[in-house]
Amino acid sequence: MQSRKVEILVGCFLLASIFSLAVLAIRVSGFSLKSASDSYPLYCYFEEVGGLSERSKVAISGVAVGQVTSVAYSEETLNARVTIEIDSYIDSIPIDSTASILTEGLLGSKYVSISLGAEDEVLMSGDEIFDTQSAVILEDLIGKFLLDQF
Amino acid sequence: MNILAWRLGRFALQMVSSLGRAVRMLFFALAGSPQLKNIPLVVRQIYQLGVLSVLIIVCSGFSIGAVLALQGYAQLARVGSESALGLGVALVLVMEIGPVVSALLFAGRAGSAITAEIGLMKATEQIASMEMMGVDPLRRIFAPRFWGGFIALPLLALMFSVVGIWGASLVAVDWLGVYGGSFWSVMEEGVDFFDHVLKGIVKSVVFGFVVIWIALFQGYDSLPTSEGISKATTNTVVFSSVWVLVLDFFLTLMMFQL
Repeated sequence: MQSRKVEILVGCFLLASIFSLAVLAIRVSGFSLKSASDSYPLYCYFEEVGGLSERSKVAISGVAVGQVTSVAYSEETLNARVTIEIDSYIDSIPIDSTASILTEGLLGSKYVSISLGAEDEVLMSGDEIFDTQSAVILEDLIGKFLLDQF
Repeated sequence: MNILAWRLGRFALQMVSSLGRAVRMLFFALAGSPQLKNIPLVVRQIYQLGVLSVLIIVCSGFSIGAVLALQGYAQLARVGSESALGLGVALVLVMEIGPVVSALLFAGRAGSAITAEIGLMKATEQIASMEMMGVDPLRRIFAPRFWGGFIALPLLALMFSVVGIWGASLVAVDWLGVYGGSFWSVMEEGVDFFDHVLKGIVKSVVFGFVVIWIALFQGYDSLPTSEGISKATTNTVVFSSVWVLVLDFFLTLMMFQL
């Protein structure tokens, strides 16, 4: 009888810790098992990525629709090649859309924002967004401002 | 000068030989095929080391979470970014305080108990008589305690973090009036399962291994006198606390690229 009580309590202990792990995973870290299949890649080339990194947000009108999967220097185009994964339910991004790197708030993290174009043709998996706007570097702005002063 | 060198040499030799005995003990306790008939013993040790530590872990976790929220709120409210409080508390708890403090509490609550138990078994010659009966004490006494503690500590650390975050949310959201939506959503946005939660779990697994090994070895190596057992119990708490904190530094250095 004694060992049965021990077994039940140990079982409760294990359940409580699994529950804790679930809380940490779902409630605290917002973990979701999204496979790669329900998103598609697009490529954009930027002159300046200014702190954009993997897993940064990709947003249309501020709503998250995907994430950055790689930021690499491209030898061919001599600038930064950013791969973004767009959730596949967003399937009508016009080909003349613009990708720009913006900052969340004044000191927030960098993210890619897509402003939609007007063409009827839409971007397919693996396509390129040609019209891009680089990240605004605060130091450059301050430099320009100072230069204008004198 | 000569005597100093002699003492230093003797000390070094003692250190190395006790390290060797510790490795030998662990090896003989764990080597060989797992004995299925010992699983009830492991369950009993999870009860002794894990279940009986839940209360102290939950109480400490709750208090630490609540204090982090109070102190964090006081500083963040000055710059008007108290919505980041949830993120700060969750990161600190999941990556550092959860694994470290639960390992320290575990060393004090369960590690010292193991050392005293095994030391007393040795002093009353229970271990020697087991050997005489042809039962391997390392596999019968040490292995279940090792696995019990090794399994229990990471689970306790998970509970510690969750209860701490819950305590912080009670203080911040329900009492200080931080907006609950931003408290949780900023936390969800900033805490990554693989980058933060999983690395915290890896830390507590390492700490569990170290604490339980030190506790077992101090009991195994203790002098079979009342003074020897008292010294061994003290050593368990001191050594495992120091090792946990030192290892925490190196694990953080290795896992979180700063």
